[in-house]
Amino acid sequence: MIQTEDLRFAYPSSLEVLRGIDLTINDGEFVAIMGENGAGKTTLVKTFNGLLMPTAGRVRVDGVDTRESSVAKLSKDVGLVFQNPDHQLFSETVREELAFSLRNFGYGEETIERRVTTILETLDLARYTESSPFVLSGGERKRVALAAVLVWNPKHIILDEPTIGQDYQQKDRLRNFIVQLNSQGKTVIIITHDVEFVAECRPRIVLLSKGLVLGDGPSDDLLSDEQLLKKASLTRPQIGELMHKLRDFGLPDTAINAYSAEHAILQVLGRKR
Amino acid sequence: MDVSPGEFVVFTGPSGCGKTTICRCLNGLIPNFYSGDFFGELVVDDLNVKEHTTAEMAAHVGLVFQNPENQLFSLSIERDVAFGPENMGLSREETRKRVDWALEVTGITALKDKPPYELSGGQQQRAAIAAVLAMQPKVIVLDEPTSFLDPRSALEILEVISNLNRQLGITIILVEHRLDIVSKHANRVIVMDDGRIVLDGDPRDVYGEQARLIGIGLPRVTTLFNLLRKEGLEFSQTPITVDEAARELRKMLSP
Amino acid sequence: MSLKIFDGFKFAKLPTPIHRMDPRAKFILTIGLFVIALLFSNIYALIVIFLIQLPIVYAAKTWRRWAASMRAGVFLAVLIFIMNFVFGSTLVFSAAMTLRFLSLMSAFSLFFMTTSPDDLGLALEQARVPYTLSFTFTTAVRLVPTMALDAQTVIDAQRSRGLELDKGNFMKRIRNYIPILIPLIVSAIRRSIELAEALESRGFGASPNRQPLVVLEMKNTDYAVVALTFLMLTLAVYVYLFVRLPTPSIPITMPKILPWF
Repeated sequence: MIQTEDLRFAYPSSLEVLRGIDLTINDGEFVAIMGENGAGKTTLVKTFNGLLMPTAGRVRVDGVDTRESSVAKLSKDVGLVFQNPDHQLFSETVREELAFSLRNFGYGEETIERRVTTILETLDLARYTESSPFVLSGGERKRVALAAVLVWNPKHIILDEPTIGQDYQQKDRLRNFIVQLNSQGKTVIIITHDVEFVAECRPRIVLLSKGLVLGDGPSDDLLSDEQLLKKASLTRPQIGELMHKLRDFGLPDTAINAYSAEHAILQVLGRKR
Repeated sequence: MDVSPGEFVVFTGPSGCGKTTICRCLNGLIPNFYSGDFFGELVVDDLNVKEHTTAEMAAHVGLVFQNPENQLFSLSIERDVAFGPENMGLSREETRKRVDWALEVTGITALKDKPPYELSGGQQQRAAIAAVLAMQPKVIVLDEPTSFLDPRSALEILEVISNLNRQLGITIILVEHRLDIVSKHANRVIVMDDGRIVLDGDPRDVYGEQARLIGIGLPRVTTLFNLLRKEGLEFSQTPITVDEAARELRKMLSP
Repeated sequence: MSLKIFDGFKFAKLPTPIHRMDPRAKFILTIGLFVIALLFSNIYALIVIFLIQLPIVYAAKTWRRWAASMRAGVFLAVLIFIMNFVFGSTLVFSAAMTLRFLSLMSAFSLFFMTTSPDDLGLALEQARVPYTLSFTFTTAVRLVPTMALDAQTVIDAQRSRGLELDKGNFMKRIRNYIPILIPLIVSAIRRSIELAEALESRGFGASPNRQPLVVLEMKNTDYAVVALTFLMLTLAVYVYLFVRLPTPSIPITMPKILPWF
């Protein structure tokens, strides 16, 4: 469980970025942290693995106050995948890249070999095992960076803007993968501003704006709240907007993707037919 | 492929289809800055890219990139916007006129003395557009300009781009994934796959089954209507925007 | 190793008279201080030279960052003190050399903190330095804080993968920097390529006759500063040649402390 109590953070000689956040994320939850650029999303998740320490308030991961731990210790359970894979990749082969963290955490070579092979297969990267990470395409590098974190099997996984630069099919695959990870019991937290992506997998949404929590609840509710979305510089999902315009026909605001909308429309028509 | 003056063309396709490469061909970065094998001809605004340097092409074709951070390098927006005209060797008065004009068209006159890092992503991207606009090209190519922007800023920047087309007559070539927000501005959509043009025409004609199979992200309302069609429902037009979809559904749902 | 050392050389736009000064005048002032600091070995003179800069730091409103750069320079300063003292100089002389180093560092830190790289570039251009060269120089200066931010992100990313930079023997610690350096270099290269594309696309190098939008003009205050600098230099040379400065008589040297040394 990840818990924050009146979490505040300010960079030295700077304004407060996080201005008092109370948040509880239970094990196995699927959460999307959304909000405008500069709202404090990345800063917030950096307090979860100890990269940043609160300037006031507290962050507890699985009961341990982060101030009493270290990045290396917290990272064993909290895996943070950064936005830009080029800030991480440095090894000669993809295999070495994945082995890096396992060696840091003290795993034996046999375990390392096993885990690396498994994760590369899972993410459809097996053919690149001996390739240099630098020759892979942008999307593939992002997958390698993801694999490099999943390989040590952390309990909680945080992905910072995983959809930027991805095309429709890649986002589809990513979404399915994330949902699968979550169904395996992992806590999955994504930072994103991609409303359509979120509308398709409907996690719990925590809306941040100017360092404060603006809203916290199910996708269906938050993504149909026009006022809240505007404050966080987000828009309604396209389908949600359509449903809203046709609400006098009995169509629900909360149908935010094509399938639920189709279902709702057919229902309405069925009633009329 | 032929693009006429004043068109608003959207290039789309799965990753690796070649849309980014096309962008760099259009303003001469390929073949002048990047080397490789170049077959065929490309003439933009009467200039053959093989016969002119990128610098020469710059006054005719502007290119705006994905990440505004690496396009703005001055410590004041004004100087960044002045960079292009200065390079062209224009007089100080002419540069001044163009800078003021470009800042106004993109709506950032108030930000002209600020450094880029104090601007939001959307404002930065406007500045990048202004910087290209100041050279007064007839064609502006934009490579996924909304990639790093939040949804609201993305909508705003598209309004700015659409303005350039509607009010200034600039030919726009926009490479994008987010078809749900760009479709209403485009009069033509070109779908690429694996280095080839596969579909080319009015968005309504292009957003069909073949497009879906190629794997591009159709506007959600279009997908909804394709689903409803499969259930036997009929509509007079394929909608590409929410308003169009609302109109069609109202007809269907009203007694 | 803290990246705060870069803060002491990073430009920040503030509305102070020091910032507004023409970069050429500022540069002359900095060189003036530089020459004077090198001229004197007398501790009292060097104390004065160091103290002269403090009102300038105050006027430029950069106390905190200037102090940060001084703190970062402490390591080298202590090294200089030790090197001097251990190899036979007096305590006083070693202190003087340390002060000289700090004065030099302070002068340049002040210059870079109060001068925008854009203005530097303009100054170079107006001094008829080839445009490509002046642009290269100012872009390099401008990219320093960006690179520092990148470095911090890379460090964060690798620490999140279990990398511990403060553990291990000397050799291990050096090797631990490889996962930091490589992504940083790759990032720098990618950034440079993107920047180059943007520059090319805006006609960089199209015409040899550039008329920059903004022109630097020396105001009366700038000329006053230049005049002041020359006055200071003349005074310094006079004092150096004709005035015998007192030295505190504390002839402590290493051999006195450790005779067997």
